Amino acid sequence: MTILIIAEHDNSSLKEITLNTITAATEIGGDIDLLIAGETCTAAAEAAAKISGITRVLVADKPCYNGQLAENVAALIMSIASNYTHILAPSTANGKNVLPRVAAKLDVSLLSDVISVESPDTFKRSIYAGNIIATLQSLDPIKLLTIRGTSFSPSEQNGSATIEAVDGAFDEALSQFINNDTVVNERPELTSAKIVISGGRGMQNGENFSMLEKVADKIGAAVGATRAAVDAGFVPNDMQVGQTGKIVAPDLYIAVGVSGAIQHLAGMKESKVIVAINKDPEAPIFQVADYGIVSDLFDTLPELENAL
Amino acid sequence: MKILIMVKRVTDPNVTIRPNTDSSNVDLTNVKMAMNPFCEIATEEAVRLKEAGIASEIIVLSIGDKQSQDQIRTSLAMGADRGILIETDATLEPLNIAKLAAKVIEEEEIDLVLLGKQSSDKDNNQTGQMLAAIKDWGQATFASKLDINNEKATVTREVDTGLQTIELTLPAVVTCDLRLNTPRFASLPNIMKAKRKPLVVKPIEEFGLDLTPRFKMLNVESPQVREAGDILGSVDELLEKLKTTEGVL
Ligand SMILES: Cc1cc2nc3c(=O)[nH]c(=O)nc-3n(C[C@H](O)[C@H](O)[C@H](O)COP(=O)(O)OP(=O)(O)OC[C@H]3O[C@@H](n4cnc5c(N)ncnc54)[C@H](O)[C@@H]3O)c2cc1C
Ligand SMILES: Nc1ncnc2c1ncn2[C@@H]1O[C@H](COP(=O)(O)O)[C@@H](O)[C@H]1O
Repeated sequence: MTILIIAEHDNSSLKEITLNTITAATEIGGDIDLLIAGETCTAAAEAAAKISGITRVLVADKPCYNGQLAENVAALIMSIASNYTHILAPSTANGKNVLPRVAAKLDVSLLSDVISVESPDTFKRSIYAGNIIATLQSLDPIKLLTIRGTSFSPSEQNGSATIEAVDGAFDEALSQFINNDTVVNERPELTSAKIVISGGRGMQNGENFSMLEKVADKIGAAVGATRAAVDAGFVPNDMQVGQTGKIVAPDLYIAVGVSGAIQHLAGMKESKVIVAINKDPEAPIFQVADYGIVSDLFDTLPELENAL
Repeated sequence: MKILIMVKRVTDPNVTIRPNTDSSNVDLTNVKMAMNPFCEIATEEAVRLKEAGIASEIIVLSIGDKQSQDQIRTSLAMGADRGILIETDATLEPLNIAKLAAKVIEEEEIDLVLLGKQSSDKDNNQTGQMLAAIKDWGQATFASKLDINNEKATVTREVDTGLQTIELTLPAVVTCDLRLNTPRFASLPNIMKAKRKPLVVKPIEEFGLDLTPRFKMLNVESPQVREAGDILGSVDELLEKLKTTEGVL
């Protein structure tokens, strides 16, 4: 078996979820190549070469991969796809954008958001907002998967893979990159943070999220939100945790003013320890929380901040 | 400009789905069904483009059982012009949904396809990307803003680190995210009017495609449930637990 992994990176660094994806590939078994497609991405490639378990880092460093446009990156992957039995990508906005395009070009199906590798052709994924875990066997000659990062531990970083350039600049000219409006954030990344503190509709407005941020900064946490909070315009979409947002599984998840709808739980119920602060003792979040405080968050958050 | 929107009939997101007795599949008997929420957003966006004079016609396509006509009618009541149901009782993988949609596009000369970003039952998040690949068109997934100008679509996309803006040459495929718009409720007069809008039902066999599944469902199970924990009286008690008992602070 030979496995190709599409790396998640921002040219200058490799994203942690790439390491989780490599662990999933290791469970499948065989040689693993990692593809870095981008522009001026040498730093990401050098970081990738240190990951344990991979044979080669393939680098496609061309202006046409700026912004990692799906059409161009998919065409690049197609140029090397026939060398592989499996092609994996992290289940990120990029991975979900590119890999289905590759699948259709190869005329194969794709399994999204895989949470477990049972054998080289059999995998588990969660459906119906986390109410069902399905075990599926792929009948395709090349197996394409996106990998849920929180379901696999990160691989070690004491390897020394070779770095090789991939030929070809595939500019399909179907779309054009205009710009990235990246949220600059001093806090850890939501999907890899050890502690996450999330606010829901109970926060009442965007300004009040600063109360969460103050607590977050004292304990090195990332700040998340429910869809209701995003919907109401309190905070940006990239903070949304849940079925249709980001999946997190930190050591500690603190839900504040969050009711605990099934779609929110789908994104955080694998957290090691869950804490809920909610004034409604009947809120469903208390059914999954290890520790709960039934209180008004506007009293409890300042108390928590002071006590830390 | 002609727009194709794709709408999927899914289980109502408020219903808890469970395995059937032999764990071979999910039990959907008598489960309430609804339109996938992201497909409502796709419908709304198309209708706004028509109201702005940019779109001339909106065709709504659904692939599913006979009852999927309900979801097509909902789209028609929101403002789509005519519907197509490709009727099948089978649950098709996104690859096959995309292949069927590509066939419809061959017959209809579509300039823009709007889909939901993901279906709330299966969370595939694949169909739009696959359709774009089959047609060799440009794609913009997770759209939160869409502007059409001179054969181009400028799309702002929700990505993990914030927003990305790209420009697509039409025809193209766009998948809709939550913040693109807030879907309208169809008014009663519009629901009545929608009953008279054209809706053709095509048997799936008519398309002559090999739609063999590429995945075999071996088993379904319920996930492990978490136990409810302790309700604590104070912040100090909480910090004590997190530091000493759990070691996570
Ligand atoms: C297809 C689909 C996908 C979805 N995807 C997601 C998703 O990815 N993520 C997600 O989060 N949701 C998602 N949802 C929405 C989900 O169903 C819920 O509507 C949402 O999670 C509710 O958010 P909330 O808990 O912030 O708001 P609410 O349900 O309104 O809860 C607010 C809570 O705050 C408490 N509260 C209010 N004031 C205070 C106070 N002063 N002190 C303490 N507590 C207070 C209340 O008691 C209440 O429990 C999705 C829904 C659908 C249909
Ligand atoms: N059976 C279907 N009929 C019509 N549209 C569909 C169907 N399945 C998926 N789609 C479209 O594809 C989008 C994404 O679905 P999915 O790829 O299954 O997550 C949906 O929001 C619909 O717009």
